[in-house]
Amino acid sequence: MAIISPGFSGRRAPTDSTLPPGQYLTAGFPVLSAGPTPHVPLEKWELTIEEGTDVIRRWDWTSFRSLPTETPTVDLHCVTRWSKLGTRWEGVSLDTLLAGVKTEAAFALVYSYGDYSTNLPLEDLLNKQAWIAFRFDGADLEPEHGGPARLLVPHLYLWKSAKWVRRIKLMSRDAPGFWEAFGYHNYGDPWREQRYRGD
Amino acid sequence: MWRSGTVIALRDETATARTITLQIPDWPGHLAGQHVDVRLTAPDGYSAVRSYSIASAPDQDGRIEITVERLPDGEVSPYLTTQVAVGDPLELRGPIGGWFVWRPEQPEPIQLVAGGSGIVPLMAMIRLRRATHGGAPFRLLYSVREPDAVWYGGELQLPSSDSSVSVTYAYTRAVPEGWPRRPARIDAAQIASMTWPSRLRPTCYVCGPTSFVERAADLLAAAGNSPDRIRTERFGPTGERR
Repeated sequence: MAIISPGFSGRRAPTDSTLPPGQYLTAGFPVLSAGPTPHVPLEKWELTIEEGTDVIRRWDWTSFRSLPTETPTVDLHCVTRWSKLGTRWEGVSLDTLLAGVKTEAAFALVYSYGDYSTNLPLEDLLNKQAWIAFRFDGADLEPEHGGPARLLVPHLYLWKSAKWVRRIKLMSRDAPGFWEAFGYHNYGDPWREQRYRGD
Repeated sequence: MWRSGTVIALRDETATARTITLQIPDWPGHLAGQHVDVRLTAPDGYSAVRSYSIASAPDQDGRIEITVERLPDGEVSPYLTTQVAVGDPLELRGPIGGWFVWRPEQPEPIQLVAGGSGIVPLMAMIRLRRATHGGAPFRLLYSVREPDAVWYGGELQLPSSDSSVSVTYAYTRAVPEGWPRRPARIDAAQIASMTWPSRLRPTCYVCGPTSFVERAADLLAAAGNSPDRIRTERFGPTGERR
């Protein structure tokens, strides 16, 4: 039972129904990250998919950019409570990147340049739900927003959409990533308001 | 789990910023640098939540302080800076966050870099450091618009006996009379002269608005600090923190 704050009425947005619980709209694009922004030159960039000690897929920037792309328009929900609707991206679907990969793995740990990581069930990366995005709103993705390329998994809180993505490790057992180990929710569904461990 | 705290003191830091002291009966304790979520609820059940860094050092008394800056178009900060009164209940959740924290057992020198209201979690670290005997030295580089915008100014003034924390200011819009530098954004020369040399391998904590943190963290890295020793906390133009 919430305690009433004497004299508080709040400022309600007319579009609340399109927002997950506890979120509010922003027109800006706030930045949240745990360390300095890595600046990764394209000629040194690579993306790998690994299982155990094996690298089962590897792309450099040229081979990555020769893959077919998609242009999803999605809503973003950050655990710090801002949401941004109708954002336009271009990226390569994880369905494309994982096509033909035979695995028993049920989980993925996604690593960034700069040692950030986040975990999610493998099925959340599949079926047109996730991309490695490299353009935002018609322009190359800025480093502070995760460029050259970031994971985009818009149906989960935005910390799951790892910036500066570098490798995706497939695993049979789940293991917490960076924020997950610091008490944030393991799954992070904004519509069930899974912000912190125990939600 | 939402906890109910009681406002036990209010103190203005500047014309637009207020420190709120809360007494929380079942407070589990916190680490210097962590934050809380504060929830306001209207009579019809509508609620709004914002995150605020804890400004106070951990103590045994179930008391915490937060400092809130009033944002002109804010939903929560105007209430917290103008309407809340001593004796009012406030709901909060936390402590939250385990990365942007300082622990007294850390042996390395500590470099704090604050932009504006980004001073708050760093103040918790400074207060804890000053309450701890021995331990590694701190430096704080505090970037503010103008002298009147300094938070915790009196407390940051060093007693001459205390060499544990040294404080330098950088002014971006107006400087005190006789200040040797013109107002400007922080630059490489300031980072070189006012922060620990990178060869001492300090851990750096940088907190402030996004653009400030981007700049300061880049400058610290360019000065030779390893990116894995630079911890950042940013808040954007929408005020999703503070």
